[in-house]
Amino acid sequence: MSARPVERPLLRAGDLSKRYSVGRSIFPAQRRTVHAVDAVSLDIWPGETLGIVGESGCGKSTLGRCLVRLTDISSGSLEFEGRDIADASQRALRPLRRQMQMVFQDPSASLNPRRRVGDLLADPFRIHERLPASEMADRVAELLRRVELSPEHAARYPHEFSGGQRQRIGIARALALRPKLIVADEPVSALDVSIQAQIVNLLADLREEFNLTYVFIAHDLSVVRQISTRVAVMYLGSIVESGPTDLVFAAPRHPYTAALRSAVPEPSVERARCPRVVLKGELPSPMDPPSGCRFHTRCPAATSICRSERPLLASVGEGRLVACHHPLGG
Amino acid sequence: MSAEAPLLVVKDLSVSFCGDEGLVRAVGGVSFSVERREIVGVVGESGSGKSQTLLAIMGLINSPNAIVSGSIRFMGQELVGLNRRALDAIRGRQIAMIFQDPMSALTPVHTIGNQIGEQVRAHEKASARAARARAVQLLDAVGIANPGRVVDAYPHQLSGGMRQRAVIAMALSCNPALLVADEPTTALDVTVQAQILDLIGRLRDEFGSAVILVTHDLGVVAEVADRVLVMYGGRFVEEGGKTSVFRAPLHPYTWGLFGSIPPIDGARPARLAAIPGAPPSLSNLPKGCAFGPRCAYRHEACLTLPPPMEGNEHRAACVLPEARRREINIRTTAGVEMRS
Repeated sequence: MSARPVERPLLRAGDLSKRYSVGRSIFPAQRRTVHAVDAVSLDIWPGETLGIVGESGCGKSTLGRCLVRLTDISSGSLEFEGRDIADASQRALRPLRRQMQMVFQDPSASLNPRRRVGDLLADPFRIHERLPASEMADRVAELLRRVELSPEHAARYPHEFSGGQRQRIGIARALALRPKLIVADEPVSALDVSIQAQIVNLLADLREEFNLTYVFIAHDLSVVRQISTRVAVMYLGSIVESGPTDLVFAAPRHPYTAALRSAVPEPSVERARCPRVVLKGELPSPMDPPSGCRFHTRCPAATSICRSERPLLASVGEGRLVACHHPLGG
Repeated sequence: MSAEAPLLVVKDLSVSFCGDEGLVRAVGGVSFSVERREIVGVVGESGSGKSQTLLAIMGLINSPNAIVSGSIRFMGQELVGLNRRALDAIRGRQIAMIFQDPMSALTPVHTIGNQIGEQVRAHEKASARAARARAVQLLDAVGIANPGRVVDAYPHQLSGGMRQRAVIAMALSCNPALLVADEPTTALDVTVQAQILDLIGRLRDEFGSAVILVTHDLGVVAEVADRVLVMYGGRFVEEGGKTSVFRAPLHPYTWGLFGSIPPIDGARPARLAAIPGAPPSLSNLPKGCAFGPRCAYRHEACLTLPPPMEGNEHRAACVLPEARRREINIRTTAGVEMRS
């Protein structure tokens, strides 16, 4: 664990796993299990933005939902500000919901189309603060202004907004109770490029203003790089590499990170692009993950130890962790 | 027809729809051409009219409410107003199209081999066995590792990247002179996207196809295109060779697009130079330049006249004098370099 001047992490996950059983059968032998998240250990420090990247099916969204207990976890520990919340009941979690909020990818799916935006944004105050109506209206107006919408928008319905504006509403709702932690799951990937940039800027501004800690989950590496202070790369349910954003992107230590990084098409004709590491084959099924290192079936550097022994996440200095028998650039 | 004639010449193409809000003009008089073996990247955000332009070229706009006007000449033949039967002889054989979602081109109830074979037999005389053999060969050509097995698989048994390859194999079955691709990699993961982009580049090299590639991703364009068209509000706002457009873009919208993309290496800017506002609604386009309301350099002239697209090979539809735009652009890109 890295030495930081902060006394304790805001959120700490230890060996956190989430398993789903697939196929209903009364015969246990025919039930199969998907390890969506497989023994992930993670500390999230106050004020940092942890980016979680990986391709579809790597478990990054499931991990995000587990971190705020939107999904029950199968095993492992989860602490928020030192308090064990791994098995806390939904009732016990309720006061904590003020502290941890979530922003979703598709704002139109997360906003009730039959309610006005003002009512949607007033819900957190109604539930947690039992404010009188007049005060609630002021708070809603203030929230709308803060996400660069106008207070008049409170009377409109979600369908009257563009995708970017709807995402601002989603952010406003997450922000309503001044949470400490916001988990944002692909918050900009459904938006046009020019709107993406606006939302990324807005999230950065809000982080400064409200001292927020983010977990930013996305598949777009350049967006994650822009907003994150630290980044974790996931493959088949596990973290394969983590560390300070600039270091991880500039010189990946895990072969998967290197492949991912080199596959990003760059909008430039100036430099010869970095040589591409082409991955062999297809992503294995999480129902039947490979033995040893999960990545060995596609790894250009795999040897026999990779097939038999699973590498653990280990420190390689500079606050970086890598789960690989043959880390790059060592 | 001379060998130098462009493969496709589009002149003043407009696509309008009659709706509840009156006439909505999705594409407003665009002109461009595609040379043989050329890869043209069309960049634009949602609602810019880029998909409608492609559908018009394919003759796939057949809503009774739609009006398609202008001229689309493919290998010397006019496509606008051509009857269904004549179009069917060209579509699939000489022009093929692939979509963002490969499932929109695959039926879930037939095997991949059947679907590719059907396409082959629609345009060529071939026995069922020969069509199947051709399907295996095509699947191999698009880089599917186990074509003998995949040929008998159903679409749901394949991953997204494999489905997109199968659709490309289908599109290639008749060696089309032109492949029209609408966001072919948007739904795919980056490592798979890289494989598909390699494949599109190989298409041109090995099969000699020209490609029109519509995308919102300037990185994808940088990767594969020879020439770039930037679309906004149903018109082209900039056109030019890739290197020229990426080195010195000439339209304020293109500047905004570049500024909106976070860099993947070098120093990170404190803030992205995002474009304010949102793309216009096609049913309610602003007067004059459609980008005007979001443009930092808007002045009176932008309100009254729709700026013309003129000039040489690299040109932009902006009323600001080109010299002035080059000057502004030098300053903004210098700003970017200072940060990196």
